[in-house]
Amino acid sequence: MKKIAGVLIISLLSACASQTTQPTDVEDRSTGADSSYGADSSALGSGGTGFHPLNDPNSILSQRSVYYDFDSYTVKNEYRPLVIAHAQYLRDNPNAQVILQGNTDDRGSREYNLALGQRRADGVKNIMTLSGARASQIESVSLGEEKPRAYGSGESAWSENRRTDILYRGE
Amino acid sequence: MSTHTRIVFYGFWLFSFFLFCAPLQARLNIEIFGGGTERIPIAIVPFADESRLPHRITDVVSADLQRSGLFRLIDPTGLTPYAPAEVVYGDWVNRGAGALVIGRTILMPGGQVEVQFRLLDVARQAQLTGLATIVPVTQLRAAAHHIADIIYEALTGEAGVFSTRIAYVLKQGNKYALQVADSDGYNAHSIIEYHEPIISPTWSPDGSRIAYVSFENKKPVVYVQTLATRERKAVANFAGSNSAPAWSPDGKKLAVVLSLHGGSQIYLINADGSGLQRLTRSSGIDTEPSFSPDGRHIIFTSDRGGSPQIYRIPVSATESTSAERLTFEGGYNVSPDFSYDGKSFAFIHRHNGRFNVAVQDLASRQVQILTSSQFDESPSFAPNGRMILYATEIGGHGILSAVSRDGQTRQHLSVQTGDIREPAWGPLLKQK
Repeated sequence: MKKIAGVLIISLLSACASQTTQPTDVEDRSTGADSSYGADSSALGSGGTGFHPLNDPNSILSQRSVYYDFDSYTVKNEYRPLVIAHAQYLRDNPNAQVILQGNTDDRGSREYNLALGQRRADGVKNIMTLSGARASQIESVSLGEEKPRAYGSGESAWSENRRTDILYRGE
Repeated sequence: MSTHTRIVFYGFWLFSFFLFCAPLQARLNIEIFGGGTERIPIAIVPFADESRLPHRITDVVSADLQRSGLFRLIDPTGLTPYAPAEVVYGDWVNRGAGALVIGRTILMPGGQVEVQFRLLDVARQAQLTGLATIVPVTQLRAAAHHIADIIYEALTGEAGVFSTRIAYVLKQGNKYALQVADSDGYNAHSIIEYHEPIISPTWSPDGSRIAYVSFENKKPVVYVQTLATRERKAVANFAGSNSAPAWSPDGKKLAVVLSLHGGSQIYLINADGSGLQRLTRSSGIDTEPSFSPDGRHIIFTSDRGGSPQIYRIPVSATESTSAERLTFEGGYNVSPDFSYDGKSFAFIHRHNGRFNVAVQDLASRQVQILTSSQFDESPSFAPNGRMILYATEIGGHGILSAVSRDGQTRQHLSVQTGDIREPAWGPLLKQK
């Protein structure tokens, strides 16, 4: 039972504030959606081939995040090669599957941000299917503003959180 | 001493009689101008012996009335009438009080308290209303809210909402709790707790159920939970995302937002999860539905015009019905909440990098921005339309705040630790 007290004076509250920008644990991201959406991952696995290209730091496939402007779901030109490279990987590896997780910064409406995150993930999915991936290989979901990677206020945290992540099942 | 006792006893019956025969019709000779900018000056004398109780009733009553933005509290220091015979009206005229509240508390055996109060019209030197009631000591705050409602209604002619409840989400560490509390934030308790996000709680019109979105199954699903039994049911758990529940005024249907057929679109569904029916058809985002009080329209957020704006659509819409755009000022207008009189809606308006609570009149399209903080979210009208509860941020912490409909009065409610967000003001319930 948490007692809430009606408080008249702002200054009483401000003392509790201590916000720093800190990256969320990797586990947080995976608990965000991967574990349940990956329920069938044992059957579909890692695609059987080509696990290494995905994690080779010299490969564009090791880049897994697309970043956005505020209230935008447009994939900027600088991220298109990354998305297309993943699409081609999916095309060449029909057993591979990805989950696209759309995220937003924490400003504005949580429900609108949930929808915006969906639209970001759907936008990436659209480019991927146009570039040769099958729709059945891709699931797009939204975490809205609920699972921030960076905490705190300010453009550096916000821009880090306006993001679609590409997660391969079975990884 | 015995004379005094007789007066009290007589008074008790007098205002019990008054209460039954002429309930709350009396008004003060005070007009309210410009949506409450002219405040009612009221003096509230601490009730006799209330300092011995765990909660001082007049503290609760004073805070309630002050939070409404319609009252100006007059300092009663030095004057301590507890009964009408002890009131020297001239003193209160001199202090500028238009209304005077007096009363007493009597501790009874078995943890019961008798609470007596009277509301007096200073100009007419007459009693407007009163109440004598016996409550368990655990119900003192509820009794105080009830008294505040009686005063509010007697002096404004509108229903008081101090006895209503609110719901909101409390995040502490990685734990999320959906909580219900009194309208002033006291008596909070969790109705569910999870380690995944909970958003968008909303009360059924009769106050018995709450619909909300939980991510407990790693994706958003809409649940309806009955408060009395804690029984809960997933009413929208379709492929993709399920969110943004809104109750129809008759409590039979919910509007929900699904990504079932691509995008985020608004659907209607029966409150038991049956009878899914699509309402909006756009290529963009349609979300955050809110029913008009007559149940005939839904207002919602859509980015179909290129930026998120508020639109209205008839509930009877067919595929060819187009939604009407309502907001035109600024490039980010979201989270609409219809007022209970159906004449206006509250929403979040972005301007100069700030996200603030605003109200738009439907007929005139006049927009009034009510807050000036940085990050306000989730406005929710009080059932009498006089206040709006919303989430805001102070020093990086989420807190709840209430702003009066005229923007003149604000008050924060907060917790000691954690972030509080997603408030929803519960409905007005019939008094026993």
